[in-house]
Amino acid sequence: MLRFIIPIGLFAALVAFLFIGLGRDKETLPSPLIGKPAPLFELPRVDDPSQKISNREFAGRPYVLNIWGSWCVACRDEHETLMEIARRAEVPLVGLNWRDELPLAQQWLQQLGNPYVVSAFDANGDVGIDWGAYGAPETFLVDAKGIIVYKYISPMRIDVWEREFLSRIKQAGAKGE
Amino acid sequence: MKAGFAMIIGLLCAQLAFAIDTAPAFADPEQQARYERVIRELRCLVCRSETIADSNATLASDLRRQVREMMAAGKSDQEIFQHMVDRYGDYVLYKPPMAPRTWLLWAGPILLLLGGGAIAAFVIARKSHLPDTDPADPGLGAS
Repeated sequence: MLRFIIPIGLFAALVAFLFIGLGRDKETLPSPLIGKPAPLFELPRVDDPSQKISNREFAGRPYVLNIWGSWCVACRDEHETLMEIARRAEVPLVGLNWRDELPLAQQWLQQLGNPYVVSAFDANGDVGIDWGAYGAPETFLVDAKGIIVYKYISPMRIDVWEREFLSRIKQAGAKGE
Repeated sequence: MKAGFAMIIGLLCAQLAFAIDTAPAFADPEQQARYERVIRELRCLVCRSETIADSNATLASDLRRQVREMMAAGKSDQEIFQHMVDRYGDYVLYKPPMAPRTWLLWAGPILLLLGGGAIAAFVIARKSHLPDTDPADPGLGAS
C-alpha cells in the first residue's frame, strides 16, 4: 500500500507546486516600499525647468505618481488611460519623467496631451531608483500620510485603476484619513 | 580545430575583460577591485539573470554610477547593499541573505541530498534482503 501512496503523494505535491507556479506572476517584483513613506524629491518641472517641484507639496492628500519617459513604448499604450483618469480628476496624477530628454518629454505632452498636474524631470534617474523603479511605466498610490500603499507595474488600465487604486483611495477617505 | 581552440581562449579572456565601462572607475586598483566585486553581487532588475556588472541596461549603468558615488563618499559595502535592498528588496542581491525566511532556500539542496540518500539507503537495504526472483535478470556475475 505504502509503495503506492508515497509516489502518488509526491506526484500530487509536485502537481500542486507547479499549479501554484502557473498562477504566479514572476515578472513583477514585490516592492519593499509598500507601506513605507514615499521618498521625497525635488526636481525641475518638465514644463518649466527653471521651477522646482517637490512631492512635499502633495502632502496631506492622496496622490498618484506615474513614472514615464518618451523612450518608453508601454507608456504610449497607457497614455489614453491616464488622460481618462485625469479627466475624472479623482486624485492628482503626478508625473515622474524618468531618464528622459527635456525637449522629447515636452513634445510628448504637447502631442499626446498632458494628464499630469505636474511632471518632475529626473534626468539622471536617481529619483526613479529611490522609488525602486526598474521599468516604466510604474504607478504608485501615495496616501494622505505620505505612505506608498500600492504599486502597479505595467501600462495602466481603467479596470485596474478602478479596482486597485480608486477602491483604496475611497477606503482611506471613508476612514477620514 | 586550431580556430576553435583560439575561440575558446578568446571567450575565456572575454570573461576577464571589463566590457561594459570602458575606462576603469577608480585609479586605485584596490578600489577598482572592490567596485568590481560589489557590482558583481548586485542584480540587474531589468535583465534578471545578469549582474549590474554584466548588463548594458540603462538602469544597470545608473546603479553602477550610484555604487561609484557611494564608494567615493566613503560608504561601506554593507551600506551600499542596504541602499539597494531598501529600494529593490533582497532580490537585488545575487546572494540571498541568511534569514529565517531563506533558511529553506539555503538548506534545500542539503535536505534534498539527505532525503534522496535516505530513500536510496532504505531501498537498497530492503532490496538486498530480498531473494533474487526476477527471471529476466541473471543476477550479478552472470554476464
